Amino acid sequence: MNASVARIVLVVGAVAALELLCRTGVIPNFTMIPPSAMAQSLWKILASGKFTPDIVTTLTNVGIAIAAAMIVGVAIGTLLQSSPTTRRVLDPLFATYYAVPMYAFYPLLIVIFGLGDLPQVAIGFLLAVMAVILNTLNGLDRVPPVLLKAARVHRLGPLKTALQVRLPCAAPYVFTGFKLAVAYSFIGVIGAEFITSSRGIGYEISFAYNNFDNGVMYAMILFILLLVITVNMSLHAWEKRLLARRRRI
Amino acid sequence: MRWRDPLLLVVLIFLVWEVLYLLVGDVALRSPAATAKNLGALLGDERFMPHVGETALAFAQGFAIALVVGLLIGVPLGAARFAGEVAEPILVALYSIPKVTLYPVILLVFGIGMPAKVAFGAIHGIVPIAMFAMNAVRNVNPTHVRTARALRLSPWAFSTKILFPAALPEIVTGIRVGFSLALIGTLLGEMFGSQRGLGHLLMQAMSLHNIERILALTLLLVAFAAGVNALLLALDRHLHRGLP
Repeated sequence: MNASVARIVLVVGAVAALELLCRTGVIPNFTMIPPSAMAQSLWKILASGKFTPDIVTTLTNVGIAIAAAMIVGVAIGTLLQSSPTTRRVLDPLFATYYAVPMYAFYPLLIVIFGLGDLPQVAIGFLLAVMAVILNTLNGLDRVPPVLLKAARVHRLGPLKTALQVRLPCAAPYVFTGFKLAVAYSFIGVIGAEFITSSRGIGYEISFAYNNFDNGVMYAMILFILLLVITVNMSLHAWEKRLLARRRRI
Repeated sequence: MRWRDPLLLVVLIFLVWEVLYLLVGDVALRSPAATAKNLGALLGDERFMPHVGETALAFAQGFAIALVVGLLIGVPLGAARFAGEVAEPILVALYSIPKVTLYPVILLVFGIGMPAKVAFGAIHGIVPIAMFAMNAVRNVNPTHVRTARALRLSPWAFSTKILFPAALPEIVTGIRVGFSLALIGTLLGEMFGSQRGLGHLLMQAMSLHNIERILALTLLLVAFAAGVNALLLALDRHLHRGLP
């Protein structure tokens, strides 16, 4: 049997088992509603358009966080690569960065940025940007010296060398950073919405939880899980295709 | 040389903090010196220590569960090639979902209090530990495995003499990542569904707009996380030395 077939069977089996446990009352309905009821409720909510503004808010914030992390991350990565001393001094920071509980800064960000969308975007950005920096550095380190020599022969300036030789050559690694930035931005923004905010999908889930509204809550949880998994899996597949194409050259 | 760079970095961070403080003023920040003093006062307060103990206990249990379950999932998946191939994308998907969304489910299952926090810390830590353990076991040099078979090593001897030493460096990397994520999970758990612990204090300080308290707690948590990570990183690099 093929691995992906086995995987589908496994996932479908797990969902069916959950459905059965909920339907037979082994898992009481106030703890979890059956997956089919979640899907039904989600369908109704999406059709009614009730949460469309929240979905738009969350997706916009995630999008801003990803874009900012990409631009800033690639820029910082490129600058750091050309300055080994700075990079050496900052290295412990890079190694410790993801060990720091980023949400601990959220109260501070609220104090600084106020109660708008900015603190959520900032958390998403802070989580995502380091992945981009690290992968950009990793990619730039692997640019073959012969290409840089060719750039020098053609008398390209530092900016042109970066844009026309270094970054295109490092592109697959930068893409890995991009993929992680997408995942981390979702995690950061939705987590922050959960802690405190006045709109967004995360906010609606915690609001529904506080009102014991299991129908809405599970529908929105299902929505986020499906959305994030679809986005990440598509990026994963795209990355595989890019890498395969590069190997052929 | 080796110890001067990190020192320089710490000085640099405090410098940036001080400059930032001078820019935004008392509305949103406190100076590093004032924060250190506040933290000192907080640590001297006998009402504060039970909260630290609560978080430490929840985190220790969550991390221990993550470690045991992560290894129990990861090691067999690394040994069984097909099962690993089936499970890997599922693990990656689980890693990349915002696990905060599952928090209401955890609360509904465990109720508010210690078990929910422990469970939340554990689910954050399990996946990275399992993923690294799986890769560690999968990448054990096949020549070593075949040599062990030729020498007719018993399963026990094989585990202790070949598998464990070969997989250890990657497993330690996984433990380092899992440690950080389990800490984040525990704190997040305390932020929503708890009346005690550092996460709860942070949440309370936020709603009271108590900047001194927010900064002192953040400093404490960051210093703890960074300190433990530095130790694990040193161990990690020591174990990886000489490996390709």
